Amino acid sequence: MSALKKQSDSKRTPAVALRAERELHQIAARVLRLAKERGVPETEVHIDETIQALTRFANNTIHQNVAEQGLVVSIRTVVEGCTARVTTNRVDEDSLRSAIDNCLSLASHQPKDPRLLPMPGKQKYGAVRHFSPATAALTADDRARAVKNACQFAEKRGQVAAGIFSSGQSQSVLVNSRELSAAYRQTHATFSVTMQQGSAASWAKANSGDVRQVDPPALAKIASEKAARAQNPVECEPGKYTVVLEPAAALDLVGFLFYDFAATAVADKRSCLSGRVGKAIFGENITITDDPYHPLQLGAPFDGEGIPRQRVVLVDGGVVKNLVYSRRSAKQAGKKPTGHGFPLPNEYGEAPLNLVVEGGKTSLEEMIASTDQGLLVTRLWYIREVDPYEKIMTGMTRDGLFQIEKGKISHAARNFRFNQSVLKMLRNVECLGPARRATGEEAFEMVVPPMKIRNFHFSEVTKF
Amino acid sequence: MWDYCGHSLEVARLRGATYADVRMMHHRQRDLTTKSGRVGTLGQSDSIGLGIRVVANGAWGFASTDQLTRDGVAACASQAVAIARSSALAKKENVRLAPEGTYIDSWQGPCVKDPFELPLESQLDLLLAVDAAMRQVKGVTLSETDMQFRKIDTWFASSSGSQIHQRRVTSGCGIVATAFQGGEIQKRSYPNSFGGQHVLGGYELIEAMELLRQAPRVAEEAVALHSAPQCPEKAGTLILGGSQLGLQIHESVGHPIELDRVLGQEANFAGTSFLTLDKLHNLRYASPIVNIVADARMAHGAGLGTFAYDDEGVPAQCIEVIRDGEFHGYLSSRETAHLIGLPRSGGTVRTEGWNRLPMIRMTNVSILPGPWTFENLIADTDDGILMDTNRSWSIDDRRYQFQFSTEIGWEIKGGKKGRMLKNPSYSGITTEFWNSCDAVTNADNWVLWGTPNCGKGQPMQVMGTGHGASPARFRNVKIGTAFSNQ
Repeated sequence: MSALKKQSDSKRTPAVALRAERELHQIAARVLRLAKERGVPETEVHIDETIQALTRFANNTIHQNVAEQGLVVSIRTVVEGCTARVTTNRVDEDSLRSAIDNCLSLASHQPKDPRLLPMPGKQKYGAVRHFSPATAALTADDRARAVKNACQFAEKRGQVAAGIFSSGQSQSVLVNSRELSAAYRQTHATFSVTMQQGSAASWAKANSGDVRQVDPPALAKIASEKAARAQNPVECEPGKYTVVLEPAAALDLVGFLFYDFAATAVADKRSCLSGRVGKAIFGENITITDDPYHPLQLGAPFDGEGIPRQRVVLVDGGVVKNLVYSRRSAKQAGKKPTGHGFPLPNEYGEAPLNLVVEGGKTSLEEMIASTDQGLLVTRLWYIREVDPYEKIMTGMTRDGLFQIEKGKISHAARNFRFNQSVLKMLRNVECLGPARRATGEEAFEMVVPPMKIRNFHFSEVTKF
Repeated sequence: MWDYCGHSLEVARLRGATYADVRMMHHRQRDLTTKSGRVGTLGQSDSIGLGIRVVANGAWGFASTDQLTRDGVAACASQAVAIARSSALAKKENVRLAPEGTYIDSWQGPCVKDPFELPLESQLDLLLAVDAAMRQVKGVTLSETDMQFRKIDTWFASSSGSQIHQRRVTSGCGIVATAFQGGEIQKRSYPNSFGGQHVLGGYELIEAMELLRQAPRVAEEAVALHSAPQCPEKAGTLILGGSQLGLQIHESVGHPIELDRVLGQEANFAGTSFLTLDKLHNLRYASPIVNIVADARMAHGAGLGTFAYDDEGVPAQCIEVIRDGEFHGYLSSRETAHLIGLPRSGGTVRTEGWNRLPMIRMTNVSILPGPWTFENLIADTDDGILMDTNRSWSIDDRRYQFQFSTEIGWEIKGGKKGRMLKNPSYSGITTEFWNSCDAVTNADNWVLWGTPNCGKGQPMQVMGTGHGASPARFRNVKIGTAFSNQ
C-alpha cells in the first residue's frame, strides 16, 4: 500500500476505467449477428480491452511515462472445414462487417482441414478473483511519488536508481455462435528497481494482481543493499559450482520448459519430453503443476477456445506425469482437453501458462549457511536455447553474483556465462525454499522457490 | 488524419505543453504459416490509433488512444500533459531537444507487388508446396514455413509545424526442416532462422527467395547433421556466413551504440553499454579493415531500418559508426544529441506502433563490403570452420561477452570446404573479436539482412532492423564452448 500513502486527492491525475462488461458483450453480439447475416455457420469473437500505464526511471529521474488504452476485436469464422482469424480495433458496424468478410475470404482460400473440430458449446468456469480496485485506481501521480522516493533513497546512499512502476487493468470476453460465453478481468502492478553504485549494480522486482502486495520501498532497499555488497567483484574460474538461485533466477531457467509440456510439441518431436513422458527425468524433490487457481497466479480460467483451464500435475516427484492438451491435440491423443489451447488457428497447440514449482522448507539463509564453496545468483539474463533435446540453455548472471565461502557470502563475483542443461539441473537440486510468485525478464511470472543446486556449469567469465 | 493530429497538438498546447509530436498510425499485417502439410496460422490484423508525446513542466508525458474522434484525441492529449506533470515530480533537469527543421512531406517505400492485393491462394500454395518438398526427404520429422506482410501508414505532426506521411510495406518469409533422431534435434532454415528474411518491399522479395528450389537442400542438411561430427572445442579461425555476421553486428555493435543505453536509461531492463562516452573517437573497436555504418537512407538499400524520416520527424541519415576500425558514432535522438556534441539528432528514433513511445533504435547497422571474393577467402584459409544460420544468441548486459551457436558448420582444410559439423558455437569479448577480423568479402556477397524481432523498452517494443553483411573471417576465436563439459 506504500505507493498510495502520500497521494494528494486534490491533484490526482485521473484513473481511467474499463468499459462495463456488457458493452463488450454488445460488440460481440453485433459480430455474431453480422456473421449470421452473412450465413457464416460458426463464428467466435474474442474481445480484449487493455488499460496500461508505465512510469520508467533512470539516473534518479523519470525519463519515460506512458499510458495506453485499447480494445481489440478478434473474429474467427469456420466455413466447410476452413478457418481463419481477423483482428481489428475498429468497432463500428462497417468495420466489423468488413472484418468478417476478410475473415471469410482468408478462410475460403485454403484447403479444407479434416481435423478442424466444431466450436465448443456452453462451459462452466472456476471462480478466480484477480481484479483489485486499488490497483485500477493507481494514477500517474501515485507512481511518480513512489519512484521519487526510490530515487531519493538511492541518492542518499550515493547510488543511481533505474526501473519501472507499471500498473494496468484488462478484460476479455469470449463468445461463439454455439452459445459459449466467457468473461474475465484482472489488474496487475509491477515495480522493478536496479540500484547502481560505481560499476556495480543489483536488482529487485515484484509483480502482483494487487498493488498492495508490491512494496517499492522494500524492493529499493533490497537492491540498494545488494548493490553496496556488489563492489569490487573477484574473478572466479569458470567451472562447475554449487549455486543458490534466488527465485527470479530459478524462474527464468525453469520457465523455459513451459512449451515442452505441450502435447503438440511432443507430437511434433520438438519437445525435450519426446520419449520421456512417464519417466523419472528430474530429482525426486521436483514437483511441477500448472495451476491457474493458485492464489499467487493470474490469468483467465479459460483457454483460447473457451475451454475451462484445469489444474494439471506435470511432474510428480521427478516423474513426467502429464502434458497439457488443446481440444485438437487431446482428440489426437485420445485424452481430454485440459484448457490450455491457444486461439485458433495456430501451429503451436497449447502450453501451460501458470506453472507452480513446489517449494521446500529451507530458507535462502540456510542454503547459504550450508554451502562451503558456491555462488549466490540474484538474476539471470539473455537466456537462449543451445540444445533443444538436452535443454542446454546459455545466459549470463546479472546484477548481483556473490561468492559463498564457508557458509557466508564473502565477495561479489564477476558475472559468468552458463551453459547448463535444465534437465540435469533439476536432477541436482539439493534443497528448495518456500515457493513464491517470482518475476524476471526472461520467462513469464510463476510460483517458484529458491533452489540450491550442485554442479551448475559456468563456462566463461565477463569483464564486470 | 491531419485533423486529429492537429487537434491533439492544439489541445496539448492549450493544456500547457511546450512541445508535442503526434503519430497517427494504421498498421495492417498478414501472417501465414504451415506445419507438416497443413495451414497453421492464417490471420490478418488491422490497427489504427494515435499516440502523442508532450513536454510539460520540462518533463515527458505520452498517451495513446484508439478513440479516433475529436473528443477522443483531445482526452488523450490532456492525459499526456497530465502525465508529463506527474513526471515533473521526479525531474532533475528540463528536457532539452536538439534543433530540427520543419518538413511537409510524403514518402512511400519501395513495393512492386503489394502482398495485400495478391491472391492469398498463391501465397498459401507456395508455402504448402515448399512444406511438401521438405517432407519428401526421409528423416524430416517436422516441416514449417511462414510468410509475414506488413503495411504501415504513419502521419507525423509536431508543434514545430512538421507534417510527414510515410508508408512502409515489409515482407518476410522463411522455411525450416527439423529432424529428430536418436535423442537429438537438428534443424536447418532458409533464408535465415527465426522467421527468415525480411525487407522493405513487396511480394517480389518472396519470389526472389526461390523457396521451392531451396527446400530439398534445407531438408537434406537437417537430416545430414545427425551423421556429422560434433564441432570441436578449440581456439581457431572462424568464417561467419552473412546472416550470422548480421546478427553479430546487431548484438555486439548495434545495441552498444544506442545512446540511451550508454546514458543508463536502459539499466533496469535491456542493460547499459561498455561504450561509455569517453570512448567516442577514442577506441579501436575493430581491426582497420572494418567499416560499419548505421544508414537509414534508401541509398543503403531497402531494409527494415530504411525510412525517409524517423519518428521524431528527423530525416534519415548515414552515421559512421566504425571507420577503419575506430569508433566514431552513436545512435542518437533529439534529446541526447547535445550530450555527444552533435548539432542535431542522428535520426534513429522509432516506434513499434501508435501506442508506443518512440525511442532510440537501430536503423540499418551494416558492415561495408571488403575486397575478398568468397572463393578466395576459403582458398586462403588453411584451417578453419565456416558457421552459418543462427541457432542461439546471448550477450551480457553491457555487451562485452557473447556466445552464438549456428545451425551448421563446415571444416575448412587446406583452402577447401570439407565435412559438415554439427552443433557449432563460438564465443568471445566484443572488441577482441572485432579486432581479430582479417577479411571481409565483397559486394557480390553482401546482403541487407532483416531482423524482425528486436525487443527493447518497457512496455516492450518489437522492431525490425537491417544489417548489411557479407561473410568475414576472424582469427583465434574460441570455438565450441557451448557444448563442452555437458
